[in-house]
Amino acid sequence: MKRPPLLPLLPVVLAIVWLLLNDSLSLGHVLLGLVFAVLVSAAVRLLRPLPAWPQRLHVAIHLCWQVFLDIVRSNIDVGRVILGATRRQPTIGFVKIPLDLRDPHGLAMLSIIVTGTPGTVWSGLDPATNVLTLHVLDLQDEEAWVRTIKHRYERPLMGIFE
Amino acid sequence: MSAADVPLWAALPATVLLICGGLLTLVGSLGLLRLDSFFARIHAPTMGGTLGAGCVLLASMLTSTALAERLVIHELLITLFILITAPVTTTLLMRAAMLRSRE
Repeated sequence: MKRPPLLPLLPVVLAIVWLLLNDSLSLGHVLLGLVFAVLVSAAVRLLRPLPAWPQRLHVAIHLCWQVFLDIVRSNIDVGRVILGATRRQPTIGFVKIPLDLRDPHGLAMLSIIVTGTPGTVWSGLDPATNVLTLHVLDLQDEEAWVRTIKHRYERPLMGIFE
Repeated sequence: MSAADVPLWAALPATVLLICGGLLTLVGSLGLLRLDSFFARIHAPTMGGTLGAGCVLLASMLTSTALAERLVIHELLITLFILITAPVTTTLLMRAAMLRSRE
């Protein structure tokens, strides 16, 4: 089921972070960054034996764009709720969403996406049943939230990580 | 190097971005005052943490790129670190509040 990716995720990210941190693309820093990335990845493998195997770069890029759009959109929505709060307090509530995604990296990404978007906060995942509890600031349509999370985020994440 | 050295093509969008970022963060902070329960308030500061911070960082990238006359993008690191740390604290706060309200 799992095939190795084009490039391992951790060393590549570490090398990019190193170059950004030094704000330089000189040969010395590229070499140093590569050595650093390989050494740290080898050390981390001992601590965390399960590596991330992301696949399908185009799905990941599309997901990033989608998340960016959603963050902008929900910033506006939450701003509107706050400015209208004197007239009407928002109806807060929890939504239970059964997930099919099992990969720990995919779940971690989903929690970052959900919590990073204003208006929704990840409030726990039951490991036995794989049911996500999601807290929503202005809960109007429970079904719509389940659909949004499952279609917009969970499906691409399953494509990338599973 | 001073603020007057920033060319107009960078200064104008940077100003707009800074104003937008400031307003978004202000509205987010205002939410702490205007919303009435903890569970509603927890959503408000995320505005400043996402788009608010994003606008300020983009403005910073623009002006430093214009001043240094080369591409300066190491602000992306701040974005990365905010992205991986802020949700952790929010989730922890949320879990703590849920456990406490269950008592």
